[in-house]
Amino acid sequence: MATEKKIRVLVAKPGLDSHDRGAKVVARALRDAGMEVIYTGLRQTAEQIVETALQEDVDVIALSILSGAHTVLFPRIMELAKKKKLDDVLVFAGGIIPQEDVPALKKIGIAEVFGPGTPTDALVKFVRENVRTKK
Amino acid sequence: MPLSQIEQLIKGVVKGDRRSIAKTISLIENDMPEAQKVVSLLYPHTGKAHIIGVTGPLGSGKSTLIEKIAKEIRKSRKTVGIVAVDPTSPFSGGAFLGDRVRMQDLSTDEGVFIRSMATRGSMGGIAEATKDAVNVLDASGKDIIIVETVGAGQTEVDVIKIAQTVVVVLAPGLGDEIQAIKAGIMEIGNIFVVNKADLENVDKAVGAIEAMLEMNTTKKDWKPPVVKTIAIMGEGIIELVEKINQHKVYLDSGAILVQSRQRIEIELEEAVKRKLTEVILDNLKRREEFSELVDKILAKKTDPYSAADVLLEGKLKKYKDN
Repeated sequence: MATEKKIRVLVAKPGLDSHDRGAKVVARALRDAGMEVIYTGLRQTAEQIVETALQEDVDVIALSILSGAHTVLFPRIMELAKKKKLDDVLVFAGGIIPQEDVPALKKIGIAEVFGPGTPTDALVKFVRENVRTKK
Repeated sequence: MPLSQIEQLIKGVVKGDRRSIAKTISLIENDMPEAQKVVSLLYPHTGKAHIIGVTGPLGSGKSTLIEKIAKEIRKSRKTVGIVAVDPTSPFSGGAFLGDRVRMQDLSTDEGVFIRSMATRGSMGGIAEATKDAVNVLDASGKDIIIVETVGAGQTEVDVIKIAQTVVVVLAPGLGDEIQAIKAGIMEIGNIFVVNKADLENVDKAVGAIEAMLEMNTTKKDWKPPVVKTIAIMGEGIIELVEKINQHKVYLDSGAILVQSRQRIEIELEEAVKRKLTEVILDNLKRREEFSELVDKILAKKTDPYSAADVLLEGKLKKYKDN
């Protein structure tokens, strides 16, 4: 038995992005804010992301995508997440996602989309304020 | 949490339901009030798994090796649990848990469950809750459980408290031969692996380890083998898994009873220590007397040991007489 509860975040790279510099910046910032960040590397499928979130019992999933495939991949991820009962997990996204796609993403349950250049403080604040109490 | 919900959770774990396993590990890791009840309900279901500890310096290739070991084990349809531990930053309290990067292929294998854990302050190379996470995976029916420690230095030998088979992973050129001697690693390893065996000086590394093992004068029935691997290429894995299985056979022949007893003694001792801290120490710390004594020590009017005697005056009497 151990210690006080920490916020556990999965930083995930769905699709075929060739680099993860941004995701790693986010991961480090969240770690420096006292969170436990699980990072699984590049080229993750929706199945891999959701299964990892389940096994790691994360509080937050941060999706990082640069390829434009968010319109296809994000709905698949959210559908799987619902199927595996990850309803109490906060999901947000970042990377290269056009503003006009954001409303549709919010509709499927992505709480917020952050563009490149978002100060990491804002991300930390967002997570702390929106993380849901687990059942 | 109502008892019925706890019982549901336990039932789920025993059935192997992944969500129940994940939630139960979290519950214990976060030291929720129900944690003790959960552990006591699960305990009877534990004891079947073969628990392997994988330790070794940073950069020796532990995670990659574990992935390959797990894949090899899966060929025989056995199920695997993996607990990967990484250090918590002493400054921020956060952690970067990146061991899964090397185990991507396993994440959708239904026969494998992987959990990343942060040490949360423990200095022995594993987290306090690692043992409990292992118990949960054991109770869920995993045949083999692999624990990956933070890294092996001079103090990260806590893995022996929970593992039945300790695999020490080294790589040529990391200065390991000397480190191994200094750190007492030679005493805790049941199997030694020289990974990245395609690098220069591999035979020198193997030779140095074998020489050290020869010098170990305590008579032991199990002679730790040294296996060469190139994890990233999948080479040497079959031989390594064979050695792991051989060690299990050796343990089952009787050695495991001695080992289990020793491990349980340590577990009980640690459980008592934890309770003492929770009940007595935390209580004493909250008293005004404590703060006053700190002031006195600062003013050099007393010292920590005498102050401790004052705090505990009368409370230890029943233990001293025995």
